[in-house]
Amino acid sequence: MTTEGSEPDGPPLIELRGVKKSFGAVQAVNGVDLKVLKGKVTALVGDNGAGKSSLIKTISGLWEQDAGEILWEGKPVRLRSPKDSEALGITTIYQDLALCDNLDIVQNMFLGHEVLRHLTLDEASMEITAKRILAELEVTTVRSVRQPVASLSGGQRQSVAVAKAVMAQAKLVIMDEPTAALGVSQTAQVLALVKRLASNGVTVLMISHNLIDVFEVADQIAILRLGRIVTEGPIDTFDSSVVVDYMTTGRSERALAGDTSGNGSAQ
Amino acid sequence: MTIDQGGTTDGPSAGAGTAAAPSAAPPLDDHEALHDEETPADIALVSAAPDVLADSLGEYLKAWAKRIRNGESGALPIVLGLVVIIIIFQVQQSKFLSAGNIVNLLVQAAFFVTLGVGETFALILSEIDLSVGFVAGIGATITLALLSPSYGWPWWAAVIVGLLACAFIGAFQGLLITRLHLPSFVVTLASLLGLGGVLIFLFDSFKGTVGGVISLPTSGPLYNLVNGNMSAAASWIVLVVAVGLYALVTITRNTRRRAQGLSAPPLSITLATIAVAGVAGALLVIVCNVNRGNLVPLKGVPWVIPLVLLLVVLWTLFLGKTRTGRYMYAIGASPEAARRAGIRVQWIRTVAFTLSAFTAGLGGLVFASRLGSISVGYDGSTYVLYAIAAAVIGGASLFGGYGKPVHALLGGVLIAAVVNGLALIGVSTAGEEIATSLVLLAAVTVDSIVRRRGSTT
Repeated sequence: MTTEGSEPDGPPLIELRGVKKSFGAVQAVNGVDLKVLKGKVTALVGDNGAGKSSLIKTISGLWEQDAGEILWEGKPVRLRSPKDSEALGITTIYQDLALCDNLDIVQNMFLGHEVLRHLTLDEASMEITAKRILAELEVTTVRSVRQPVASLSGGQRQSVAVAKAVMAQAKLVIMDEPTAALGVSQTAQVLALVKRLASNGVTVLMISHNLIDVFEVADQIAILRLGRIVTEGPIDTFDSSVVVDYMTTGRSERALAGDTSGNGSAQ
Repeated sequence: MTIDQGGTTDGPSAGAGTAAAPSAAPPLDDHEALHDEETPADIALVSAAPDVLADSLGEYLKAWAKRIRNGESGALPIVLGLVVIIIIFQVQQSKFLSAGNIVNLLVQAAFFVTLGVGETFALILSEIDLSVGFVAGIGATITLALLSPSYGWPWWAAVIVGLLACAFIGAFQGLLITRLHLPSFVVTLASLLGLGGVLIFLFDSFKGTVGGVISLPTSGPLYNLVNGNMSAAASWIVLVVAVGLYALVTITRNTRRRAQGLSAPPLSITLATIAVAGVAGALLVIVCNVNRGNLVPLKGVPWVIPLVLLLVVLWTLFLGKTRTGRYMYAIGASPEAARRAGIRVQWIRTVAFTLSAFTAGLGGLVFASRLGSISVGYDGSTYVLYAIAAAVIGGASLFGGYGKPVHALLGGVLIAAVVNGLALIGVSTAGEEIATSLVLLAAVTVDSIVRRRGSTT
């Protein structure tokens, strides 16, 4: 937890100011202000159609926002392509995980970034690195890093995708519904992985429907409704009924005692 | 001699008559040898081989058994199928396993194998290349025409121009597929139809065609590719060098892996594999060195056999050990994942179609060398189906992401065994084609059932 000291004061790793994105007549993202703090797990929650996916695709560089600005470590940046985002250290793990079933864990982790030796693939060094990263993430359930990904469970696949992000030395890992398709024990595995990622100093922006998971791992929460952030703040100033209120109506009468962020940014 | 029934058929009877002393060596052994030669390059390929999961002999065998149960049976079903086919034919016709017929069968297989290896590039990418048959014919026609006395080019120049023409056709198809986003099935089907016409056009345009046939001068290196034999000494030297190299590479790599704390197959397995490769190779050399001539003594390993094996090894190394090869497998399984990983998907696709056509061109040379000529009746549309069948029977997947050159090797040998055996026992063409199709169906069914069990998705 080396980031402990800078946590309240340092600039957010990424900050969105008035970001808008529309598709024809549909205003998918309608002026979003969002701060993602360094080394923290920020949960982005919202009902279907709230604009979560459009928002993370903007951050991932799949398209540029129509209006508003994005600041990376306090400096304005333009994210016009996935490469721009990648260059900053943003890795997005989509629900489909983008893994190749026929390749093994090592091959997937290094896909597009293979290590060469004498012009051929250096399998040994890639295997060593892959093993080290999986060990750091305490992924212990895979028998061999040479297993094809097709033979892995959902949680293990998620682990491989995360390890791939770590290997790319990502500073910000965006996870889209990482637990959506998983059973109980696999969910626990992935949530533990998210925590470990954060404790290794990687910032996580996690999109989730599942409030139990959110309360389990998130440090910060931001609630999106109809393309706007209706409220954000430390997770311990919320409980699930409050979050549900915000998600569905954009306001809550039941704000917890001592909640300073309250209805701050609503409307 | 040079005209040789116009080259219109790839009839197994073409050279099957060269009866010779029967030999005890079953041809299976050289297939096993080929299979073993795949291993060095194969290690890091598509799925985890038992050798990367286990250190001790017991563990290794356990991992191997588990792998088979999980549906990663690899080449096992095809090898078993081959054994069955060989037994059936040998019972029907004792000449089947004669040295002469074994060599003939392997030479026949060389064409199917080479075309099938070309097709493998397309299959890995989850595409299909229906043009390899005619591409091979066009390359061979250009080369043979340039070699004919009317043009009199040196053999290497004629070969290079023929192969470049093939590569060019492949690259052009690749560009149509990737730039215009046309399905490879349609583009290569158009080639299949169109190139047949181009072939006729070439025969009309070139000087040196006699009655729709271009003959190959009987003395050049290209003629000797199939019709020339290595001396006994040369074949033993090549065998020793090849097995020695294989042993050196495998043992060095395993030692290094162990030194780095990674798992490596137990030494006993490595030594056993090397021994099997050596014995199988030795059997092949012995069988080929039995006199198989009728009147004039004829023996030795035809050059085409080691050269096709070399091609298989080279392409296996390319697919398994280079980035481009790795990306081909990645794209075949998930183009989207490949794209997100920053891979230039369209470029790699174009490269694959170019390599497919280039390799087909090599197949065309094997074909022409075997018949000593090429004719306007060249049946490229049938040969492409044999090529696809060879790759698929051997274990390449039509759904992309799987497939190695060694699959085409095994499949090509199996198809040649069927074609050769049926002709030997005197089955009609109708029966031959029906039997070949049944073998294909059986192989694909086994593959589909076995592989379906192997994945969690």
